[in-house]
Amino acid sequence: MELLLQQIASGLTSGAIYACVALGLVMIYVSTDHINFAQGEMAMFSTYIAWALIQAGVSYWVAFGATMVIAFAGGLLIQRFILKPLEHAPVLALVVCFIALLSIFNSMAGVIWSFTVKQFPSPFPKGDLTGAGLVSYHQIGVVGVTVVMLGLLTCFFRFTTLGLAMRAAAQNASSARLMGVRVSWMLALGWGMAAAIGAVAGMLVAPIVFLDPNMMTGILTYGFAAALVGGIGNPGGAVIGGFVVGVLENLVGTYIIGNELKLSFALVIIVGVLLLKPAGLFGRVNVKRV
Amino acid sequence: MTAILEATGLSAYYGPVRALYEVDFRIETGGVTALLGANGAGKTTTLRAVCNMVRRSGTTKLNGQDISRLATEDIVRLGVAHVPEGRGTFTGLTVEENLKLAFHVRRDRAAANRDLDLVFTYFPRLKERVRQQAGTLSGGEQQMLAISRALMLGPKLMLLDEPSFGLAPLVVQEIFRILRSINENEHVSMLIVEQNAALALELADHVYLLETGRVVTSGPSAMVQNDEALRRAYLGY
Ligand SMILES: Nc1ncnc2c1ncn2[C@@H]1O[C@H](COP(=O)(O)OP(=O)(O)OP(=O)(O)O)[C@@H](O)[C@H]1O
Ligand SMILES: [Mg+2]
Repeated sequence: MELLLQQIASGLTSGAIYACVALGLVMIYVSTDHINFAQGEMAMFSTYIAWALIQAGVSYWVAFGATMVIAFAGGLLIQRFILKPLEHAPVLALVVCFIALLSIFNSMAGVIWSFTVKQFPSPFPKGDLTGAGLVSYHQIGVVGVTVVMLGLLTCFFRFTTLGLAMRAAAQNASSARLMGVRVSWMLALGWGMAAAIGAVAGMLVAPIVFLDPNMMTGILTYGFAAALVGGIGNPGGAVIGGFVVGVLENLVGTYIIGNELKLSFALVIIVGVLLLKPAGLFGRVNVKRV
Repeated sequence: MTAILEATGLSAYYGPVRALYEVDFRIETGGVTALLGANGAGKTTTLRAVCNMVRRSGTTKLNGQDISRLATEDIVRLGVAHVPEGRGTFTGLTVEENLKLAFHVRRDRAAANRDLDLVFTYFPRLKERVRQQAGTLSGGEQQMLAISRALMLGPKLMLLDEPSFGLAPLVVQEIFRILRSINENEHVSMLIVEQNAALALELADHVYLLETGRVVTSGPSAMVQNDEALRRAYLGY
């Protein structure tokens, strides 16, 4: 029973992180139909920036905020200068471009900060809630930060005219232009926001898995599985998908296949969803909502 | 009379295919101009060319200002509202969101709110359905929504692409009655493309007849209405 609780808690924690990664993927997917394979490496790189800031003596939450801003600007610039010129390029060219970005970020992080594993601080107190090692404060913090961020994001898309313009641009670009919306800037904003969300995921997961240039590789796979489970193209679904995948992964890892094979479980989910329910669990009901 | 829109030598291309051949036309300020012609004549293309939605050449001037090279969204922001073929509904947004999207580009929030009230007085049906997903509206309601979205921009000029398309005769009558009062009361000039030539000629003061991408004739509506040979040849009635 204790083990089960512990696994569910740690599943929800990973789930929160997968949810962030999935959300970043979905935000770019709904507006451009592209899967950003570099999403994980961008998050990893942002986390290094946070690490460097903290090393330089900046306090944790200031570094956290600054990293989000830097990640946002980075995402925006990548869209403006790399992807916008490729607007009319064939899909394959874009895939190659994403993979190039992925390996560039990976090796840049290695060159700048070396490939050795680093500790990354958690802003939450050490120890745990129950005193029996069941639910740590960091786990609660991760889920809390994610939930707050998702809440803010939902409010942004629902209650601001800029959020509305971004949704309109994602749904029907030419009609949005006819309403005066600068669609290509909306895409850039979406990229910036996806990068900032990814940075949060990276900073939250780094204290658990430690910081190294390959930190996000497995997590991106889970994030992709989460996005598919939720029905890629559905932000709310992506978040639920993240938690579902996180909990399942932990339970299956602990009780059935062992922790070493956990990542292949993500692959099973991906293939399973694509074969059995390509629209995802929530793909139909809500596909046009953000 | 001054022209709100003046096009000279307007051509348009879809890839290597040319769809418009150096078309000239002008729309009087405050007036309604109809653009008529058979299927494939290039009516939709003309509206798209004005808004820079297709590759094009030639000049277009809005109130004397050259808008030939502006991006679509900037032309819209200058007061040109295009009600596109197919209505352009944001199907996943609610009716209210479809309308409030205009708030994104409107500086004067008070005026925008007044326009929202105005839209609801013209189309009370939309007010009853503000929370409804726009994709679930009937065709006629979506057409009303498209016109309303355009109105929400507080336009000087409206480009209307077949507002009667697919609608029941009674609804068509209603929409044209509303278009007339928008023109008269809100002082919005209009360029209207229509298959229903008789109806368009009633609303419009001027008309251009288009055939395979060229203007074949133009003049006051009455001239075309009274010219039976012309009507038979180009408008089929
Ligand atoms: N997206 C496109 N790609 C290629 N050719 C096009 C495209 N859109 C229109 N055309 C061509 O351009 C010409 C003019 O088309 P347009 O849509 O302007 O006609 P229209 O007068 O609006 O006709 P309708 O009354 O049927 O709407 C046609 O020959 C059409 O085949
Ligand atoms: Mg047409």
